[in-house]
Amino acid sequence: MACNGTGGGGCESGGGCYNDKNNQSPTQNNNKSTSDCNNNNNRNTCLKCKSSEATIFTGGEGGGRFCAECFRSNLYGKFKLAVTSNAMISPVDKVLVAFSGGASSRVALQFVSEMQHKAQKNFDATANRDRSLPVFGVGVAFIDESEVHPIASGDLDKAIEDIKGIVLNLAPPTKELHVVPIRSIYSTKTNDGKEMLQNLINTVTDATGKEDLLTHLRMMSLQKIAIENGYTKLVLGSCTSRIACHVLAATVKGQGYSLAADIQYADARWEVPVVLPLRDCLMQEINILCNLDRLKIVEVFNDSQAGINGLISSFVKVLQEENPARECTIVRTAGKLTPFPFNRIPEANVDDADLASQRRQKRFNLKPIESLPPEAFCPICNSPMSCYKNSQPLDNIFGATCCSSCQYQILPEEPSSMDQFYSFLPESIISRAKNGNEKWIREKIQDCLLSDGEDEV
Amino acid sequence: MEGGGGGEKRTMKMCCICNQRRPALKRPKTLQQICRECFYEVFEEEIHRVIIDNNLFKRGERIAIGASGGKDSTVLAYVMSELNRRHNYGLDLFLLSVDEGITGYRDDSLETVKRNEIQYGLPLKVVSYKDLYGWTMDEIVKMIGLKNNCTFCGVFRRQALDRGAALLKVDKLVTGHNADDIAETVLLNILRGDIARLSRCTSIITGEDGPIPRCKPFKYTYEKEIVMYAYFKKLDYFSTECIYSPNAYRGFAREFIKDLERMRPRAILDIIKSGEDFRIATSTKMPEQGTCQRCGYISSQKWCKACVLLEGLNRGLPKLGIGRTRGVNSEPKKDDSQIGAKNIQSKPCGSLDF
Ligand SMILES: [Zn+2]
Ligand SMILES: [Zn+2]
Ligand SMILES: [Zn+2]
Ligand SMILES: [Zn+2]
Ligand SMILES: [Zn+2]
Repeated sequence: MACNGTGGGGCESGGGCYNDKNNQSPTQNNNKSTSDCNNNNNRNTCLKCKSSEATIFTGGEGGGRFCAECFRSNLYGKFKLAVTSNAMISPVDKVLVAFSGGASSRVALQFVSEMQHKAQKNFDATANRDRSLPVFGVGVAFIDESEVHPIASGDLDKAIEDIKGIVLNLAPPTKELHVVPIRSIYSTKTNDGKEMLQNLINTVTDATGKEDLLTHLRMMSLQKIAIENGYTKLVLGSCTSRIACHVLAATVKGQGYSLAADIQYADARWEVPVVLPLRDCLMQEINILCNLDRLKIVEVFNDSQAGINGLISSFVKVLQEENPARECTIVRTAGKLTPFPFNRIPEANVDDADLASQRRQKRFNLKPIESLPPEAFCPICNSPMSCYKNSQPLDNIFGATCCSSCQYQILPEEPSSMDQFYSFLPESIISRAKNGNEKWIREKIQDCLLSDGEDEV
Repeated sequence: MEGGGGGEKRTMKMCCICNQRRPALKRPKTLQQICRECFYEVFEEEIHRVIIDNNLFKRGERIAIGASGGKDSTVLAYVMSELNRRHNYGLDLFLLSVDEGITGYRDDSLETVKRNEIQYGLPLKVVSYKDLYGWTMDEIVKMIGLKNNCTFCGVFRRQALDRGAALLKVDKLVTGHNADDIAETVLLNILRGDIARLSRCTSIITGEDGPIPRCKPFKYTYEKEIVMYAYFKKLDYFSTECIYSPNAYRGFAREFIKDLERMRPRAILDIIKSGEDFRIATSTKMPEQGTCQRCGYISSQKWCKACVLLEGLNRGLPKLGIGRTRGVNSEPKKDDSQIGAKNIQSKPCGSLDF
């Protein structure tokens, strides 16, 4: 994977960047920017504290210049603001951090762990009083994709050891690590999960479709871990740069309608709500922090993107080089699209005194989203679909319940392979096709449901 | 293509639409191998469907076709007159050209339009910058240099078309914007954060509240197919690009669309579909339109953009009204990323308006 050390340390190759063998310090990375500002008197002072020497130069709007301490607190501040103003984590939560080994999810893990550590210290300090708040729980999930991304078993073992080491070395309290193979999306009754999974992936001929299907399966896998272990939130490390790519990818794949669902801070269309606390952090900043704090990155599966997704990554990379604010602008544009009613943490989950007070300050973020709920969700990608169905009549019933993007790039064209494809699907996709997004339907009619005892068919 | 057994027996591949003639081309939109006759038919019928499904025209209307002499507008003029005859739309068609006064470019391309006038039997109206504004593009460039002339191109040309359409007393103006143009505009509006333009850039009819609505019958027509159609039909068009927007200049966004098309032809249509489906609150509207106090043209400000630019030219302050400079209307530009936005766009001189 190409690691681009030029241009002020900006590296877009998601996660691969840290693997610079020579562990360059961020200062070295930014020699060029430093010399560029030579004629500026204050070139050496941090923009934030205005006293320490600036050693970190970020692109961004206006071109940031920070000392290590301010850089760190600035980035953590963005994370914390996202968490508090969107009620992402409440004291009673048990959050699962999805960790791929890459830089973004590494920083997400670091920040969540720091936040938990601070909450723990507060708790310890006030433990005798009644008012003390419980400390939210944190777990870590690593999805083993070796069954679809062939990798030498020695390498995989080494990577898992590294991941265990990372989790073990986080600040206390201790965090449980779940290493789960992606075939676990098949029920335990299916003992040929591996074969089913490989068959499923191999039925998809489009390179982009294959990659996207795997992304959807990974999410299902994470959801399953979260549900089975009682987690109440799923934290993803998606940063601004990654989200900017998704905005363009969704646009190019004809998913303009559902795009707004994917790019918000919170996404409660899943059984376990998904939150994106790094939504406002750039890949560049994340890479700098990993270098600065020597956060270990584990590159397990080759994450170089194929097809349309790869094309989009390189396009965004060029745009970002041309204008360091571009990724932010892209995400800001998409942020102006109307979100869906499920793009917020349900009220019941944020019923906590401490967060309620914070919420009052940031009320604007939590006002109910007044927009019509979608009629249906695609059973493969879980995208909301607008009420008007696609006009092409499909003889296959399952195919007809999928969004047009999945129909094109994931479903096989031939009706005969379609039957095969269907037979390889995990139960959860089939049930989503049959029953819709049950979680969302339940939530919609919740206030009209009678208690279990009165339930009659 | 259908039935594995049948295909093997036939050694000679046939057009996959009529199955009678040898295929002459791979259709860019679908990659089907088809014959020339079938290509003409699907190309024209698709445009006919777009016109009918969107009720673009009413019988008896007078329609101006924005004609630059380039491939898009030449094919548009040809196809419009064909369809009008074949399907008996009952439209009065006119060619409308703008003479910016660019020696060696516009005078040559105008010759092409004049030949089209005779070839297609469509009356032609030419409006010139010199007559409308008192300045030719050559004179403007002499005054301001090559740097900001695209601002003038875009603003003056758009208004010139409207004025020409008014002189012709037409009900609508059709332009040759093709699917690639629209997909590019969708992307550019995302890259620039312009949600208001993003919400309306995929509309097939625009300016219905203004004096002369514009529509784009080529909204779903691929640029490659337009070039192919012109090539096979041997249509007479002018292919040199404006000398003020050098040929070597290719925008990132356009290149990206071409790359996407190569990998997945339907990406262009998917981008347009996304543009149509974006959930944008109806309150995200463009600024309210009034009229220019000086010339009466629609404008959201006291003076329309053309009048501001003209005032600058006439007072010898050509930067007036360009970019962030404050002028008569003294309203700061909202568009946050205008700087640097130029080289992501492929058609800097406002040819999108044609
Ligand atoms: Zn500082
Ligand atoms: Zn889908
Ligand atoms: Zn044919
Ligand atoms: Zn005016
Ligand atoms: Zn120009």
